[in-house]
Amino acid sequence: MKPAPFKYFAPSTVDEVLALLAEHGFDAKILAGGQSLIPTMNFRLAQPAVLIDINRIENLFFVREEAGELRVGAMTRHRTLERSSTVSRLAPLLTETMPNIAHPQIRNRGTIGGSIAHADPAAELPATMLALRARFKLASASEARWVEASDFFIDLFMTELQPEELLTEIAVPALPKRTGFAFKEIARRHGDYALVGVAVLLAVDEENICTDANLVFMSVGNGPVVGEQAQQALLGKKASAENMDLAAAAAASEDIDPPSDMHASSDFRRHLTKVLLKEALQTAFERAQKA
Amino acid sequence: MATRYFGKPIKRNEDPRLLKGQALFVDDVNLPDMLHVAFVRSDYAHAKIKSIDVSAAREREGVVAVYTAEDLGDYWQPGPLLVPPPPIAGLTFNQKTQVPLAKDRLKHVGEPIAVIVAASRYIAEDAAEDVIVDVEPLEAVADLESALSDEAPVIHEDLDSNLSAHVVQEKGNYAKIRAQADVLIKRRIFYDHGIAAAMENRGIVAHWNAKEQHLKIWDTTQAPIPIQNGLAAMLGLSESQVQVVAPFIGGGFGPKIMMFYPEEVLIPWISMQLQRPVKWIEDRRENFFATTHERSQIHDSEIALTRDGKVLGVQDVFLHDAGAYAPYGLTVPINSQCTLLGPYDVPNYYSEFKAVFTNKTIVTPYRGAGRQHGVFVMERLLDLAAKQLGIDRVEIRRRNYLTPDQFPHDHEIVYQDFAPLVYDSGNYQPALERAAEMIGFHDFIKNDQPAARTAGRHLGIGIVSYVEGTGIGPYEGARIKVDASGKVNVATGIGTQGQGHFTSFAQIVADQLGVTVDNVRVVTGDTCEFHWGTGTFASRGAVVAGNAIHAAAVGVRKKILKHASEHLEAAEADLVLDNGAVHVKGVPQKSVSLGELARISNPLRGAVKPGMEPGLESTDYFGPERGTTASGVHAMIVEVDPDAMMVEIKRFVVVHDCGKVINPMILEGQIHGGVAQGIGNSFYEELVYDEGGQLLNASLMDYLLPTATDVPHIETDHIETPSPLNPLGVKGAGEAGAIPVGALFAQAIEDALSDYDLEILEIPLSPNRLFELVHMQAATKQES
Repeated sequence: MKPAPFKYFAPSTVDEVLALLAEHGFDAKILAGGQSLIPTMNFRLAQPAVLIDINRIENLFFVREEAGELRVGAMTRHRTLERSSTVSRLAPLLTETMPNIAHPQIRNRGTIGGSIAHADPAAELPATMLALRARFKLASASEARWVEASDFFIDLFMTELQPEELLTEIAVPALPKRTGFAFKEIARRHGDYALVGVAVLLAVDEENICTDANLVFMSVGNGPVVGEQAQQALLGKKASAENMDLAAAAAASEDIDPPSDMHASSDFRRHLTKVLLKEALQTAFERAQKA
Repeated sequence: MATRYFGKPIKRNEDPRLLKGQALFVDDVNLPDMLHVAFVRSDYAHAKIKSIDVSAAREREGVVAVYTAEDLGDYWQPGPLLVPPPPIAGLTFNQKTQVPLAKDRLKHVGEPIAVIVAASRYIAEDAAEDVIVDVEPLEAVADLESALSDEAPVIHEDLDSNLSAHVVQEKGNYAKIRAQADVLIKRRIFYDHGIAAAMENRGIVAHWNAKEQHLKIWDTTQAPIPIQNGLAAMLGLSESQVQVVAPFIGGGFGPKIMMFYPEEVLIPWISMQLQRPVKWIEDRRENFFATTHERSQIHDSEIALTRDGKVLGVQDVFLHDAGAYAPYGLTVPINSQCTLLGPYDVPNYYSEFKAVFTNKTIVTPYRGAGRQHGVFVMERLLDLAAKQLGIDRVEIRRRNYLTPDQFPHDHEIVYQDFAPLVYDSGNYQPALERAAEMIGFHDFIKNDQPAARTAGRHLGIGIVSYVEGTGIGPYEGARIKVDASGKVNVATGIGTQGQGHFTSFAQIVADQLGVTVDNVRVVTGDTCEFHWGTGTFASRGAVVAGNAIHAAAVGVRKKILKHASEHLEAAEADLVLDNGAVHVKGVPQKSVSLGELARISNPLRGAVKPGMEPGLESTDYFGPERGTTASGVHAMIVEVDPDAMMVEIKRFVVVHDCGKVINPMILEGQIHGGVAQGIGNSFYEELVYDEGGQLLNASLMDYLLPTATDVPHIETDHIETPSPLNPLGVKGAGEAGAIPVGALFAQAIEDALSDYDLEILEIPLSPNRLFELVHMQAATKQES
């Protein structure tokens, strides 16, 4: 389990990275926290010719508030996000998500940018980013652009990120009033990739009529899956247990087409989605009433 | 003799070194000019080799040598049959053992095809990708049940079928008693055991020193002496030219026994060919394919009982997956066959099994070694009987236990050690009562469970029992010597993989010689220190090596007393060994240290008297006539979330009887580790194969080992029924924790989900499988 030979660069500025990406493009891989890439290379499933290590680029490590938004540098470690009061104030759903990601050792190394760019359908952060309506800044040697999370995740391990681009920054809008949130997942062992997970934003008005619902599932498709039918079952309706049940049923039967694998059948994933979404909606609703 | 150490939970001598990272493991051995090895392994479960092209690999910079089967010449031989079949009448056994490198056919994924020797492991792995193996894929034999059908491809071309062995053992007359039974319960039962997944994978360093004409091998083996003798014979060296060192090893659990693995056979040969030290360290991926497994059995079982729950007999017919070769003979299925009977009085027993070759990794013993499978069958049949007859689960076991007056108890069948299956001793009911009391069995059923159910929670309880044949022969030995410093050296041939031998063996010696435990240095697993013995397996270290060490210590004590008696001019009967010295009883100032006696017994001038040997040294051996029978009861309370099908263990109780306990803390560690592996086997671990014989989850990301958060606090207690078969009265404890956990999970989960009316007749379980079982049951109910 030794990686195949590769060229290694450890630049200290974003510009240097972008120049290297412009030169090597498809042949290059960005090394962020390495928690997925290094095992994949050791199994020789990935054999990049060039590895660009961005761990020395200081201005990719930050968490700050900017114009009422949360802004996070792509190299910010999971552990930093987990413990940040700025994050818990502006994006408590992200704080609630973090302990579900693997183990402390992995969270000490893993980065938000790495997780988003890798786009594992079983990973927590892509789903949470989608639920939070985050935006990602993608830079190349020639330009920088902001992409909505909803436009970013394309397919299995496929994103809008081009070979010559680097994800540098994540922007997360703060939660409006009377908006609740919840993150729930079920994993075989604590720290494993979830069998099913769900990230939920739910807003209600003073009459507890649902004014916004953003429901995202993980481990049930080729990427994070938005529960559009489930959302329709809630929008403009009372946030009642009955309607939440209807939404959960719609999610399980219409929104997702989960794969079967050795850990869970498609049927079991549908069942778990229903169970988790009900719980998550209830939690989010309780929080929304107080927010 | 005062026992100051035997039976005491003293801390382990070896731990400071281990905790500080100062203990030697095989991968710590780094020698000048050492070369590194990687293997080209089969990607196919079953294929014909058409050609192997290694030319590109040979040309890669840094590659020193590449070998295929052809390059091995006469050294290419099938491995030894390690355990021949026991003497059972009418037995069929088709001998097939693994080869060092595949020649014509590939018989399982991971089978080695070529070996690359290079300046680094990185280069060796790069070169392994250069090798082109052209094959004709063949249909794989992946399914146990269809492997014996006429349509199945035959794996070993010179055999008629994939039958590895066929064995029938019988006691009494089941067919006759069946006709008289009030109740017959028949089920198909499936049990799958996984991989040992030791923390340290296998590894070998071999160093042929041409000037010394000496081959030194560091090997992660449980059995260094058989490896020394076997390799010497294969390599044409004398046994004394080959030294095998089994240093600290991060877990053995069976698969590191004297396997003569291809890597074990090839690395020393390569070192001699190239006249350089050579290292191979198995990686985790290789471990999944190349280190032996334990896997599945399918049992068709029937139990016959009276209406008051007394067992009249059991009939059990099963298939056993042997894998591609069967170098370890029939140990695993024979253990299943024999251990099924458990602590119960079963007057009539018919047991028949067929071991089957499949295109999968070789099956050899892994902690429990087939006992899990047998225990699961018997415990499940008893649970079904209890339910059908309306008898309490504790009571049905109580009614069927062998009673203390039935020992020694002859089961009239043959065990894995070739001796009749005779239980030496046992007293089962106290452990059952104690376990039921500790977990509050009846109170739980009466109060806690209904109260939880009313609150919408699903709690369940289980209680199961088992026996474990332990401490089998043939023998072990030990040499003990007192240094002039007064320190005591103990050498034994067995290997150590974390069992605490450096402490428990020191405790035995310290009590005999009147020294403190920290003055006893124990060496295990170095053939230059001691070269007689077999190895660490079958829960036999404490029983067989422990008693050999005891015997040698008694020998040294005799010499000490003889010399001290002369020196102090006192009768031996008046002497006391204490605090590293001998003194005359009641006259503490009339004393001589053991170090002084060691010097006196090994004079530089004068003479060692005729009939005397120099030094305070003794070598002795212990060979039991047959194994001892340990036993125990496990009980558990679980909570099952019927929505997510997650299972949480609320309490886990083990009451264990392994005779006299040397060190209760070490024993508890053994039990905790075994239970953890049992939990893994029951609810987390599963080798998932596709129909082409490909293992789909060969990484620790998908092969789920239980972690610290999945293993509960384990409450233990001990019953001591000493073995009459050895002076220390000890029985083995290495495997006990792991054996009954599957049966316990099945029973406790059934109990928790009693409103779903499940029958759990398989292991491993998982949330997904429980979901399926509940839905299948619901569908069946709807139909009826």
